[in-house]
Amino acid sequence: VIPAQFDYVRAESVDEAVSALTEDAKVLAGGQSLIPLLRLRLAYPELLVDVSRVEEMRGVRDDGDRLVIGAATTHDEVMRDPLIRTHCPAIAEVTSMVADPAVRHRGTFGGSLAHADPAGDLPALALALDATMAVAGPGGRREAPASEFFLDYLQSALAPDEVLVSVSVPKLGDGWGHRYEKFHRTAQAWAVVGAVALVQRGNGTIDGARIGLVNVGSTPVRASEVENALAGGPATEDAVRSAAAAAGVGTSPSSDVNASAAFRTHLAEVLTRRAVLAAAGI
Amino acid sequence: MTVVGEREVGRGRRRKEDARLITGAASWTDNVSLPGMLYLAVLRSPMAHARLAKVDVSAALERPGVVAAFTGADLADDAGGLPCAWPVTADMVGPDHRALAIDEVRHVGESVAVVVATDRYRAADALEAIDVEYEPLPAVLDMEAALADGADLVHADKGTNKSYQWIFDSGEAGTGGDVEQAIADAEVVVTRRFRQQRLIPASMEPRSVVVGRQGEQWTMWSATQIPHILRLMLALTTDTPEHEIRVIAPDVGGGFGGKLQVTPEEVVALAVAKRLGVPVKYTESRSEAMMSAHHGRDQIQDITIAADREGNVKGLKAVLLADMGAYLGLVTPGVPILGAFMFNAIYKFPAYRFDCTGVFTTKPWTDAYRGAGRPEATYAIERIMDELAAELDIDPMDLRRKNWIKHEEFPFTTVAGLEYDSGNYEAATDKAMALFGHDALRAEQAERRDRGDTVQLGIGISTYTEMCGLAPSRILGALSYGAGGWEHASVRMLPSGKVEVVTGSSPHGQGHETAWSQIVADRLGVPFEDVLVVHGDTMTSPKGMDTYGSRSLAVGGMAVLGACDKVVEKARVIAAHMLEAAPDDLEFSGGRFSVRGSPDSAKTIQEVALATFAAHDLPDGVEPSLDSDATFDPENFSFPHGTHLCATEVDTETGEVRIRSYVCVDDVGAVINPVVVEGQVHGGVAQGIAQALFEEAVFDADGNLVTGTFVDYLVPSAADLPSIVSERTETPATTNPLGVKGVGEAGTIASTPAVVNAIVDALRPYGVSDVDMPCSPQRVWEALRTAQGGNQ
Repeated sequence: VIPAQFDYVRAESVDEAVSALTEDAKVLAGGQSLIPLLRLRLAYPELLVDVSRVEEMRGVRDDGDRLVIGAATTHDEVMRDPLIRTHCPAIAEVTSMVADPAVRHRGTFGGSLAHADPAGDLPALALALDATMAVAGPGGRREAPASEFFLDYLQSALAPDEVLVSVSVPKLGDGWGHRYEKFHRTAQAWAVVGAVALVQRGNGTIDGARIGLVNVGSTPVRASEVENALAGGPATEDAVRSAAAAAGVGTSPSSDVNASAAFRTHLAEVLTRRAVLAAAGI
Repeated sequence: MTVVGEREVGRGRRRKEDARLITGAASWTDNVSLPGMLYLAVLRSPMAHARLAKVDVSAALERPGVVAAFTGADLADDAGGLPCAWPVTADMVGPDHRALAIDEVRHVGESVAVVVATDRYRAADALEAIDVEYEPLPAVLDMEAALADGADLVHADKGTNKSYQWIFDSGEAGTGGDVEQAIADAEVVVTRRFRQQRLIPASMEPRSVVVGRQGEQWTMWSATQIPHILRLMLALTTDTPEHEIRVIAPDVGGGFGGKLQVTPEEVVALAVAKRLGVPVKYTESRSEAMMSAHHGRDQIQDITIAADREGNVKGLKAVLLADMGAYLGLVTPGVPILGAFMFNAIYKFPAYRFDCTGVFTTKPWTDAYRGAGRPEATYAIERIMDELAAELDIDPMDLRRKNWIKHEEFPFTTVAGLEYDSGNYEAATDKAMALFGHDALRAEQAERRDRGDTVQLGIGISTYTEMCGLAPSRILGALSYGAGGWEHASVRMLPSGKVEVVTGSSPHGQGHETAWSQIVADRLGVPFEDVLVVHGDTMTSPKGMDTYGSRSLAVGGMAVLGACDKVVEKARVIAAHMLEAAPDDLEFSGGRFSVRGSPDSAKTIQEVALATFAAHDLPDGVEPSLDSDATFDPENFSFPHGTHLCATEVDTETGEVRIRSYVCVDDVGAVINPVVVEGQVHGGVAQGIAQALFEEAVFDADGNLVTGTFVDYLVPSAADLPSIVSERTETPATTNPLGVKGVGEAGTIASTPAVVNAIVDALRPYGVSDVDMPCSPQRVWEALRTAQGGNQ
């Protein structure tokens, strides 16, 4: 790793971090996305503000009918956290499939959201969960819903002088099943396409569904058409197959060395169907 | 502690070098630090093909910490042309290949200028200040287009993009019939075009070089497979006499052929160190390794096979285009030629023709990569045999049995003119089929087909052989290779009875230190632990031809054996004197010389070593030394073979391929250490699977390397690979005293066609008869869609 020169400051609090941030600074947490950019000299920040030891940004806490996940909590900590496993096991499932163990021990939950890579596993999940981002900036604190957080490729709603402090997610009660279908060519590779489904099972019916799609556009995509087609419908393979046919609606996948846009659209449908069937226990 | 006399050869000892290698105690080139050492950084071309209108390093010189900066023109006189040691034909077109480009760049990643600074960071920063004007020239990327009339040229002064055409024809050579006639007369002819995609060797340790003046020599530490060849080539291509060059290859972290090269960076580092009079270091980044180290494979193979309806093959024709890339590296042109003798594989074909054209493109140059020519050939023949079986509606293994050389027919001279000394394809195949559970898998396959299961099962076969133990010097000479293939060893008995073994075969992960120690322990009757293996330094191991082509054991190991035998014969004379017996009356066993008939009258080899050192009472005319040298130059290649069987599950909806089971039975002859052999097989199979499923160097329309990092160039990890069942049969080679054959490349050569055959087998009912490698989900899905007329 031979990056260009930069300054480094370790923040002890959110306020310290915010006051250190400038237009030419970058927040450093686990570094799993930022360090490669520095290494390839695709980013030339003048200052790195290390938030990995800010106490307020670490760990998972119970917040009534929601959980609050500190943005600097590592993937490995998240996937092993008892609150997560009890109240939102979908997060444990998705997080356990992020890259490889080395990355999961350094990379952070908030870091991968703030990086806003549509090929990341967590942004689609945050979207499907209607997560709320707690953001701190020079003007104080604000909240941003996931639906307004991912603006474009590698572009979140965070201003350069803002930091993502924590992420609030709903506790999904009993009756919700989940499945992440991550389609990737090697175990540590990014998802070619992914579909994360959370399904509320009724008595022979699907009462509700939340579906997020990975890497089918410049941002993570919520498969709203599929969700609407499923909600209140029968929990049958045919119904799911029919609903999943709409997975491509609202997507704008690109072509690259791993997959053409047409193949991605096809995969979105197949993976959505498989994820919903598994989450619904069909 | 070893019990002396217990046989070491054949024991599954843990490798003695591993403790050092896995606990951070190894000595890598990048660990070398010399007083006053400076760091070198290389500016690399972002263009596939351009004229260099301007290269101005003056602004870089103003950057902090920068000591010097050089353009190609600056070093033109010091850093001569890079060598190609294998002119395969008399009229081969070989372009000038400079370590730093002077007027023109011809691939992305080509070296344009260097900066020398006080640390790596400052050197890298200063690269950004170098002012280069690139005037774009047309990229030449497609081999067939490159050969067309009026094509844009990679080397305008050569007037052609063709480097050479090399033909072997059994009719002309007298080793078989006329293949065109065989094809014309045949009842069945199958043709296929196979693509050997371009691969990138990716050893764990990147390339690294340190050069400094030590005493009267320029000493170069380099992460190289070939310290001896490198020394000679530096002497021949730079203005530095051979005796003033010392090359050290310390611990080297993998090579796979990628470090079988004289690199631009080595030549530039030597030139810069000489120019500045201070030591310099260069260690490449992974990104640099991907685009500027040589690549492997990259062929288009047009294969025609002719047979009768019963499946008796009548002839085989292989017409190849081989991508040289922009230049010819050390053995670039010869790599495809190594395949010329292997397309006929284990089979008795009556007629055969091989026709290979080397083509220049504006891509990084290709060169040796694990298997070098033989994986390409094996892939083509094992794939076309499956296609022929499908055409004839014969079981693919039955087709192979019908055509292969039977064990009682060895030695067998093939249609390509090689004499296979030994082999037993029946035994390896029978064992593999039993381990694989072949019949049960076929039953499951039928059941899934009947059911229309989304996930289909396929079975792939590869009954391979390869030529290794490179190589007989006479044959190499006949193939116009620039050197011989012998190997050298010295065995030194120390006064205390310990042993130093000097080998010219320099390892980079193979386990020489362990295997050589086992051979020596048996031959001299000394404990395994008492043997030190010395290698990789032209000062301490001055003679050698280095490590490639699965040659170390079959050639270098035999030199060790020969040197041991000479030590014993010298010791016998001295022991006889000590025991007051005639040398011929002594028996040597378990490290003891004893007088025949009176076993208590004995001297150990350690006692003889001490007495030899003291030299107080040596026989007249006997030197006070047991040390011995030997070289070994084989008369023939060795021919490992085996049967690899692969079962794949193919998801017909997503195109995803999962390897369900993998069984290989390899016959690598006698085995020194089964643990080492198994490790080589596992690694080799992994590398072959990687070609089948994952790896490909992809270039865009402008010649940029799209797969320039491990994000896109997919090297599989353990999580992506099956559990491998690896067993052996042992048919000893008859061409060396231990009966060994070599195992370094076998797994890679065998596995790729086994996997692809399994994929095609799974999809054949859908009308699929080929999938290009790597068989990515996209490609499998497209093959299915195409076969189904676009509806899937």
